[in-house]
Amino acid sequence: MEQYLSVKNVAKYFGKFQALNNINFDVNEGEFVCILGPSGCGKTTLLRVIAGLESQSEGTIQQNNNDISLLPPDQRDFGIVFQSYALFPNLTVKDNISFGLKTRKQNRNEIDSRVDELLKLVGLSDHINKYSAQLSGGEQQRVALARALAPSPGLLLLDEPLSALDAKVRQHLRLEIKNLQKQLGVTTIMVTHDQEEALTMADRIILMNNGVIEQEGSPQDIYSKPTTAFSANFIGTTNLFKAKKISSNSIEIHGSVLECNDNINDDVSTVTIRPEDIKISDSGEGKNILSGTIKELEFLGSNIRGHIEVNFESDKAIVLCNFAAEFIQNKNIQTNASINISLQPHAIKIVKE
Amino acid sequence: MKKSRDDYLTLFFISIIGFYILISLAFPMYAILSKSFENKDGDFIGFENYQSYFENSSLVYSIYNSLFVSIVTMVITISLAFVFAYALTKSRMAGKGVFRSIAMIPILVPSLLSGISLIYLFGKQGIFRELLMGYEIYGPIGIIIAEVFYTFPHALLIIVTALSIGDARLYEAAKVLRSKSIRTFFTVTLPSAKYGVISAAFVVFTLVITDFGIPKVIGGNYNVLAVDVYKQVIGQQNFEMGAVVSMVLVFPALIAFAVDRIVQRKQVAILTSRSVVHEPNESKTFDRIMFGYCSVISVLILTILGMCLYASLVTFWPYNLTLSLKNYQFDLMDGGGWDSYYNSIRMASYTAVFGTIAVFAGAYFVEKARSLKTGRSILHLLSMMPMAIPGLVLGLAYIFFFNHPDNPLNFLYGTMAILVICTITHFYTVSHLTALTSLKQIDNEFEHVSSSLKQPFYKTFFRVTVPISLPAIFEIGIYFFVNAMTTVSAVVFLYSSKTTLASVAVLNMDDAGDIAPAAAMGMMIFYTNAAVRIVYVLITKKILVRFQNWRLKTA
Repeated sequence: MEQYLSVKNVAKYFGKFQALNNINFDVNEGEFVCILGPSGCGKTTLLRVIAGLESQSEGTIQQNNNDISLLPPDQRDFGIVFQSYALFPNLTVKDNISFGLKTRKQNRNEIDSRVDELLKLVGLSDHINKYSAQLSGGEQQRVALARALAPSPGLLLLDEPLSALDAKVRQHLRLEIKNLQKQLGVTTIMVTHDQEEALTMADRIILMNNGVIEQEGSPQDIYSKPTTAFSANFIGTTNLFKAKKISSNSIEIHGSVLECNDNINDDVSTVTIRPEDIKISDSGEGKNILSGTIKELEFLGSNIRGHIEVNFESDKAIVLCNFAAEFIQNKNIQTNASINISLQPHAIKIVKE
Repeated sequence: MKKSRDDYLTLFFISIIGFYILISLAFPMYAILSKSFENKDGDFIGFENYQSYFENSSLVYSIYNSLFVSIVTMVITISLAFVFAYALTKSRMAGKGVFRSIAMIPILVPSLLSGISLIYLFGKQGIFRELLMGYEIYGPIGIIIAEVFYTFPHALLIIVTALSIGDARLYEAAKVLRSKSIRTFFTVTLPSAKYGVISAAFVVFTLVITDFGIPKVIGGNYNVLAVDVYKQVIGQQNFEMGAVVSMVLVFPALIAFAVDRIVQRKQVAILTSRSVVHEPNESKTFDRIMFGYCSVISVLILTILGMCLYASLVTFWPYNLTLSLKNYQFDLMDGGGWDSYYNSIRMASYTAVFGTIAVFAGAYFVEKARSLKTGRSILHLLSMMPMAIPGLVLGLAYIFFFNHPDNPLNFLYGTMAILVICTITHFYTVSHLTALTSLKQIDNEFEHVSSSLKQPFYKTFFRVTVPISLPAIFEIGIYFFVNAMTTVSAVVFLYSSKTTLASVAVLNMDDAGDIAPAAAMGMMIFYTNAAVRIVYVLITKKILVRFQNWRLKTA
């Protein structure tokens, strides 16, 4: 795949506050990249810099091998969908979608057929003459998408496009947008604070925090191989422990020495263990067995999450672990029951603080 | 970042509007300021003029008089308007719409018309003169009554807005906590309306201290600053002293303006988008009391207006009370005749059209342009300045600036154009704020979407921003028209024999002793403004609805 967009050494200051700090990443042609992070991490600023709505303090941006760093937005090649959709309320669906088509000296038939084509694409052909006040949130979202796609931009920017919608509509549109993007092959950058959205939609996730890129990779990698404590904690739920190196394949947590598979560096300080990677060990078999007491059982639907007070060597600490709901019922496990868990060596991941 | 075509266009238009305000406000103000430091030959003499001003006890006494009537009027108007506003927003009395319309009447007439009316009611041949128990209406009493009439709607509008933002959730919380209604008033209602009341107080103060029509008509020998400016310039042709008094007059107006701006900023902070509109509870006794109060105020307002109407129709007050249109034969009197009226209509129409275009475009660039942050801030600052300058001072400043032989804009002097320019500038700030408020409600991302779609900003402006803002645009146009019809202070120094105006004619006919024709001309202004208002309401109801059907939820 060919590299389409390249962000190099971008920094942005608002007065003394540094919103973006040395941002570097590339986006390949046709790729769907999600910029994910908590609010205030700089992700929206980054998107606005790419769009030219905000000018970077340092660094360059290349699109399609052209340096666009200094171009105003109307000379860049992108379509954008905002969280508010920003549909023109006094124009019909048709006029909204054709808004970007008219100066291109296309004749009316061409414009009409393009509008029809886009409406078909987003499944709103029946709504062509309606105003945005007469559409549902999800429908407005799709009109905004069609309007952004109408001039066939090389790059599609989505700024929290789903966060104003109900949970059900959101799930449905996630798939729809993803499929549409695949079908059209348009290079897309989406900004979101919703990790589930990023995990389900993105080809690649760029995880940001405090103006820097924490980690970059496929959703699977980001989830299963977090490189920093922030990544591990932000995506999904996890247990984080302070750790000390004992040998090349063992570490110490709260005084207990545990075996692990990772290659241990000298500067190890933090490890993460996902709740679903922790096994119950009735018989006391397996490695890294610790005893504990169930303090709380949290119902999550198909899963039940146990808050287990584990008796480490030097003190007690709460460890979260997931059980199948069935398992808990069959074994009739109650709070305050004693339990043995196994912190499997392959589940212990070393991350940067 | 490189500049796009939009950026250059933005720069171009911002410069034009900024330059317009410089020429129509900043340069003239500089001219009048420097004039106050010059002698008759134009030599710089430092503070000599000011020295002789403060040595002249009768002139200095005007400062005290001005402050006295302004503060007393302020207290009375704010008290009356607060209760009226409270009735409109917090009661369920009947006839709110009617009361509100009646309360707005004073805005539609020149301020001095109320003075004329008081002369008929309480003057030497007045109907109710015994009610004054020997006191004279000519003087502070007359000035204060007339100024209360004139400033009432201005205060009312501000206080109504302040009271209607009271958050219903706070009232519910107070109720759940079993707060007595008097306690709720002091802990919920009053704090949330506090800034509105303060703001209204300063607006009233400024209106009164800068008004010269009312003290001119009914002040008798009671001198105030604004009349002093007029007398120095028109009566004694002492322009330098006129400039000095103007500067003295600008001072309290500037302070009031500054306080108002600070207070307004705080007001905005209370208004959150999550506030819930408070619906008053029903209370028969309270509603009856409020209805009674509003009826009394309305009757007083209608009496003042009605007296003028009657006086304008009576053949020869008080000897021949048969009704006739004799007083409407303006061509037989001084003051410019019917031409004044037609000039006023023309002037008001030009002001409405060009003023609205300038104000709305200016506010658009201030609020919506993407680039030129500094330029936009400067333009906003310039747009706020006219409010701090009394109309009379602005008019006098125009003489010094535009009538200067070396000024290439000298040709404007004595034309209709200079009247329009002066009036637009005089009423610029309030319109600017109206336009800004309306534009702030429009999503800023419209502009971003348009530039991503490679559309020039003016396409978005004409196809989206203007249609959405039509109600506000009409509101600004009406505001300009009505004020251009009624203003005296801004134009009294600037009209020529070819551009006499109706509002000035009221002043001049009254001055010449033709009080009944003055009342008649004042009523012509009222009829016109009322008609324009009514047409406006019909337009918004019928025609605007057709263009605004996108606001409806269902197709």
